[in-house]
Amino acid sequence: MSGDVVLRAQGVTKVFPGTIALSEVDFNTYAGKVNILVGENGAGKSTLMKIIAGAEQPTRGTLSMDGRPVRFRTPIEAQAHGIGIIYQELDLCPNMSVSDNMFLTREIAPRNVINFKKQKEIASDILGRLEHRIDPDRKVGDLGVSAQQVVAIAKALVQNVKILIMDEPTSALTGNEVAILFRVIRELKSQGVAIIYISHRLEEVLQIGDYITVLRDGKVQAERLVSEVDINWIIETMVGKSLSAFLPRAEHAARKVILDVRSLAYPRPEGGQYVEDFSFHVNAGEIVGLYGLMGAGRSELLECLIGLHAEASGGVVVDEQAFAQGMSVDERIAHGLILVPEDRQAAGIVQSMTVANNMTLASLGNYTRMGVLPRKPGLGEILEMLRNLSIRVSSPEQQITALSGGNQQKVVVAKALLTKPKVLLMDEPTRGIDVNSKSEIFTIMNDLAKSGIGILFASSELKEIMALSDRVLVMARGRLTGEFRRGQYSEADLVNASAKDRAGSANHT
Amino acid sequence: MEKSYGAALRPQMNLKLLLLRFRTVIALLVIIVIFTILSNTFLTLQNILLMTRHVAINAFLAIGMTLVIVSGGIDLSVGSILGLCGMIVGYLIDAGLPLHLFGVVVYFHTWFIMIIAIAAGALIGSANGLIITRLNVAPFIATLGMLYVARGMALLSNNGSTFPFLSGQKGLGNTGFPFLGEGDILGVPVPIWLLVVVALIAAFVASRTPFGRHIYAVGGNERAARLSGVRVNAIRFYVYVISGALAALSGLIVTSQLVAAHPASGETYELNAIAAAVLGGTSLMGGRGTIGGTIIGSFVIGILADGLVMVGVSDFWQMVIKGLVIIVAVAIDQLQVNISRVAAIQEERRG
Repeated sequence: MSGDVVLRAQGVTKVFPGTIALSEVDFNTYAGKVNILVGENGAGKSTLMKIIAGAEQPTRGTLSMDGRPVRFRTPIEAQAHGIGIIYQELDLCPNMSVSDNMFLTREIAPRNVINFKKQKEIASDILGRLEHRIDPDRKVGDLGVSAQQVVAIAKALVQNVKILIMDEPTSALTGNEVAILFRVIRELKSQGVAIIYISHRLEEVLQIGDYITVLRDGKVQAERLVSEVDINWIIETMVGKSLSAFLPRAEHAARKVILDVRSLAYPRPEGGQYVEDFSFHVNAGEIVGLYGLMGAGRSELLECLIGLHAEASGGVVVDEQAFAQGMSVDERIAHGLILVPEDRQAAGIVQSMTVANNMTLASLGNYTRMGVLPRKPGLGEILEMLRNLSIRVSSPEQQITALSGGNQQKVVVAKALLTKPKVLLMDEPTRGIDVNSKSEIFTIMNDLAKSGIGILFASSELKEIMALSDRVLVMARGRLTGEFRRGQYSEADLVNASAKDRAGSANHT
Repeated sequence: MEKSYGAALRPQMNLKLLLLRFRTVIALLVIIVIFTILSNTFLTLQNILLMTRHVAINAFLAIGMTLVIVSGGIDLSVGSILGLCGMIVGYLIDAGLPLHLFGVVVYFHTWFIMIIAIAAGALIGSANGLIITRLNVAPFIATLGMLYVARGMALLSNNGSTFPFLSGQKGLGNTGFPFLGEGDILGVPVPIWLLVVVALIAAFVASRTPFGRHIYAVGGNERAARLSGVRVNAIRFYVYVISGALAALSGLIVTSQLVAAHPASGETYELNAIAAAVLGGTSLMGGRGTIGGTIIGSFVIGILADGLVMVGVSDFWQMVIKGLVIIVAVAIDQLQVNISRVAAIQEERRG
């Protein structure tokens, strides 16, 4: 393969306690080109980018720029070599103005006094180039997500970048804004800037990319010219052998409708919708997968169902019982609905509590006699859960923080099950846990479905969705854009539906 | 994969960890031993009862404070609530409730007056709770504001003056108030009986009811608690109500002991209450703390103060010493948390 390699990673390996995130990765960045990096969640894309941006150190392997070996011990050293990065979670301070954010740590301050006027002029200039005339004095927290994205890009352009890393830059942008971003990218390319572009939106990748590198399980699968490949090739290379091959699953006999959702809507405070006119149902004993890209509104949909958002509207019926608008979380749980949230640390576990207290938290009312708890509430149920879900603890009185991620997740699942749910909502149930625990969680989900519980689980991993689901709902920008029955669709169908902006011709059932 | 679940109570538990876990009790014993050596009147029954009576006043506040802090909040208004509720009692005993419309003044029975005062404390607490949960004001700010409001109202109630002579008058049926603070039952002062009852109820509620568990969950991880169906706002509301009511009870006892209601009573008591809770192992981050620990913490603070007076340490040095004890205690607490975590991880590896 020809072209000017501005940055070369060779044999990069990164070992984290318990996992190998990257294994012998070779990655080339070509000057003046858009270098695409794709892979499923956990494939190692973010780790590789962090190493290039100086936020992580490789365990083994080298980086070289223009043929000379380099080592970045900190992001500042990487910046000094002309490497800019726009993280998916925007690293902006919402309390500060646009121009103050753009010049953070790079203030124009002769004699240590900031020249705000000069900073604002340059900020306006860069934002103008991006065709976004955002007032540099606006507070970043007051801007919408897409405007914040633009500010993050502008921030990276303040310094002279040779390589600009963009991690899912379009996940919060509308079609029009994506077009503007692509114009900016082409302009940067023509100035010789190398772009490293990470995205799940394969259509976009084909549109903007020059080179493509596919990562899977921490290894590089292939490096090609984008002009030589198509979506099917990318998906096959990304996903590998279909998981369903070694995770066989009997299709569950259809039973009665256990969860029925009509026209669910959840407006964004800044206008637009997180979830828009979303209708679907889940049968008892059925596993329904909810697939969608980052920012499609999967988590918001599940949060609406469990009652976290009072502003949400629409009909929810669980086991023939209609929920009142604005019904509280505890009432919904009492009616047989429960959520296993995406972010285990922020929303799943109470870190200061023991395994036992975490597990019984949602079902304490079941153990009281005249309002009083026994000394060890629910001990029998806890021991049963520990056994059934093979949760490895030395004692139920162990602090939950001493457990591995996989075991913590199983405790959260156990907590949900102790409420005796009819419908189990799971948001990215296998995020951040090891492969072994993953397959254990899959088995648990299958067993639960067999016992008659309806499961709705959200995931951005194709393999997982395809292996587990009896039916797949695809979500894009808050809407239902596709519904597929097991065995009647391909990976490409899901990917295509997830890139759709509007429903319409998406009614393949 | 069978395992014995008694394994956690392994007897060879780290001695260091054991010492750290009971550090407050050890500190209390050390203080008692030191003062017993330095003063021969320290360890007499009379002195112990006197000191316990002092401790009780702070302990009531500290129990409420513990529940609030465990829920992830703070209540700076308790000292002012104490003062205001004392003034309410003084007002109702000395001046009665004038009903201008009918041209009469109503004097309530002592029991009823005490109930009114405690209800007033609960009411102010509920105002705190509403401001925090409905208006989303940070607990520190909401209760700081209430600290001033309640203190101001206490001063306004009698134009900054004291209500003296709260023994009541037989003819009005409001005698007997001093018994609450000064009386005793079976040789034990009434405030101590009350403390035992309140502490036992609070400890029971905290550890053996869903409400108690929910307080810990809200303080430990509010989002996880909400998703588990905990009524987060109700929990946060009620802990302030309880704190306010206990502050009022404390105000009753202070007023009764002095047989007078002074509008400045309870100033800075909120800090003693926080100190007692923290000494007893309550984490200001929320989610961690016990009523038992707080009671011991109250004793450390109270006995330290009284003991230093008895051995003749100056007021100024007393403050320095109290401050150092608090800092050292919390530093040791952090150490314990870290060592426990390391021990837990090691155990996990071994297991």
